[in-house]
Amino acid sequence: MRIKNHPILTFTQEAEIAFTFEGKSVKGIKGDTIASALSALGIMTLGHSIKRNRPRGFYCAIGNCASCSMVVNGVPNVRTCITLLEENMDVWRQMDKGVYK
Amino acid sequence: MLNKDGVAAPEQIVSLFPDRQALIKPKAILECFEEIPCNPCSTSCPVNAIEIGDNINDKPQLHVDVCTGCGICIFSCPGLAIMVAQLRDDKAVFRVPYELLPLPVKGVLWHGVDRNGDIICDALIENISFTKRQDRTAILTVVVDAAYLHQFSTVRVKEHE
Amino acid sequence: MIKKECIIVGGGPAGLCAASMALAAGCEVLLVERSAKLGGQLIKQTHKFFGSKNQYAKWRGFDIAEKLISEIIDHPKLTVLLNTTVVGLYKDQVITVLCGQDYTRYQGDALLVATGASEKFLAFENNDLPGVYGAGAIQTLMNIYGVLPGKNVVMVGSGNIGLIVSYQLIQAGAFVSTIVEAAPIIGGYKVHASKLVRLGTKILTSTTIKKAIGKDHIESVEIISLDENFKEIADSSRIIACDALCVSVGLSPMHHLLSMIGAQTKYIPELGGFVPLIDNRFQTSLPAIFAVGDCVGIEEASAAMMEGFLGGLYLSEFLDKKHPDHNQLIEKYEKELFLLRDGPFGKKTKDGLRKMEDAKQHVE
Repeated sequence: MRIKNHPILTFTQEAEIAFTFEGKSVKGIKGDTIASALSALGIMTLGHSIKRNRPRGFYCAIGNCASCSMVVNGVPNVRTCITLLEENMDVWRQMDKGVYK
Repeated sequence: MLNKDGVAAPEQIVSLFPDRQALIKPKAILECFEEIPCNPCSTSCPVNAIEIGDNINDKPQLHVDVCTGCGICIFSCPGLAIMVAQLRDDKAVFRVPYELLPLPVKGVLWHGVDRNGDIICDALIENISFTKRQDRTAILTVVVDAAYLHQFSTVRVKEHE
Repeated sequence: MIKKECIIVGGGPAGLCAASMALAAGCEVLLVERSAKLGGQLIKQTHKFFGSKNQYAKWRGFDIAEKLISEIIDHPKLTVLLNTTVVGLYKDQVITVLCGQDYTRYQGDALLVATGASEKFLAFENNDLPGVYGAGAIQTLMNIYGVLPGKNVVMVGSGNIGLIVSYQLIQAGAFVSTIVEAAPIIGGYKVHASKLVRLGTKILTSTTIKKAIGKDHIESVEIISLDENFKEIADSSRIIACDALCVSVGLSPMHHLLSMIGAQTKYIPELGGFVPLIDNRFQTSLPAIFAVGDCVGIEEASAAMMEGFLGGLYLSEFLDKKHPDHNQLIEKYEKELFLLRDGPFGKKTKDGLRKMEDAKQHVE
């Protein structure tokens, strides 16, 4: 959910960025990271753990914890909390260790 | 208890208020019970009514007779721990810091809230000040029944009734 | 390999202040920052700062960052590398940095580490459930990206960060129903605590989180009361509904680069964990390598700034480029640092620094 009004900060209206999540067309805004855009859309599960298949979500926001690793444009283990969103990115939940092609 | 739940004891609060005679004029109430490294209330006071001294960890002391109730300390305190209080007939008039949205408009009736966060009374918003100097800390002038002098702490918007 | 006079690792409050002093003293500075922006945690801080005038008291954190950055950013002797992580530190002050897929090596005549701290985590059942966030992440989401992580939040930890982030959540439009704190008393400043309580938040001391509950994401938490020995009290657990849980249980110094190169470190709980041993000029056990800010002990950003100024001055002195007002400035910032630590909240740091002194004597 986007913060529209804030008593201290000003969030300017930014241009929309279209991308796909799990094959569906969705939108973020300019300045978003992949994970912040998904968070704003209310998408909390970004992947699953390798052995026990437990859902994984946004945790640290600074690229430390690997909880937000996703498959972006076919590349696995992208730290989506520090990767800026770009037009037409193809974003998928990561369910395994990831395969580099 | 302040250390356990963040609520100062009633006697701690009462000790901050000058006597009723002094409150005919507006006076600062400094709800700062702890030694923390901080002194903007003192350095921002134009009449040197708030004393901290060389050790910025010392608690602020108010010189009630010197305080003009100007309210500069309200938005200078990083802890939002200062209000200005005054008695006007059977009403208590407060100026309190406010950093939330929505801001009230002049003349509306909001809830008066005590230091536990509980609604205790009606609070008439008499004025709103939001100058550049206040740096995004609004100051609300609020009128409540004088009986709530020692209980009133802040205001809360009334949800649609 | 690219040579630079001095290299500063970390562009938070300590690194920025160190850079400003080194530049003022005439040094050439390479400032390396792993994130996309300078300012470190300051850029997420929407509250007015404590301290006195020399720590920009009553300025909001993000405004302090902007001021510190604007004062140095156009300096001809400054080079800033953003989105660049220092992944290796080797002898003779050589660093390897990673930017995107590219590795580059730099060598400095002197190097200053201002890497700050990382958040501690807490073990409880289902702590990996989506909707459980670190405090820094919530600040980043809300205050940088303008995204609210939840509408009904429970906070774990009542230190200043937990209290401040709770207030920021309320400002952003969320409700923070409960703050749980395992210790018997509130950890942070009581003015922050009181500010929250009057807005409707309950602070429960001697209480901790037992588990997060929910299938795909958090829906509630189970909390439990603790006795004076931090043991769970039987039958005292209860469930609180929430859609986000914020974990704010302290910070640990990021000593890793210094450990990697073999600087002497010691585990000092009062300073937050393993810290490099530094002398009274902020020099580590390795020549030409300095360290300032939270990476040598967890404190407020105000102290990190003062240490940054001092570190920059000592670094310049080491490079034979003493600032023209070196002595006066050292005296000024040492005094400020002393004052910041001179109250009850500074006791822990002072105890920790005393332990560091003992450790150094032991090493020598």
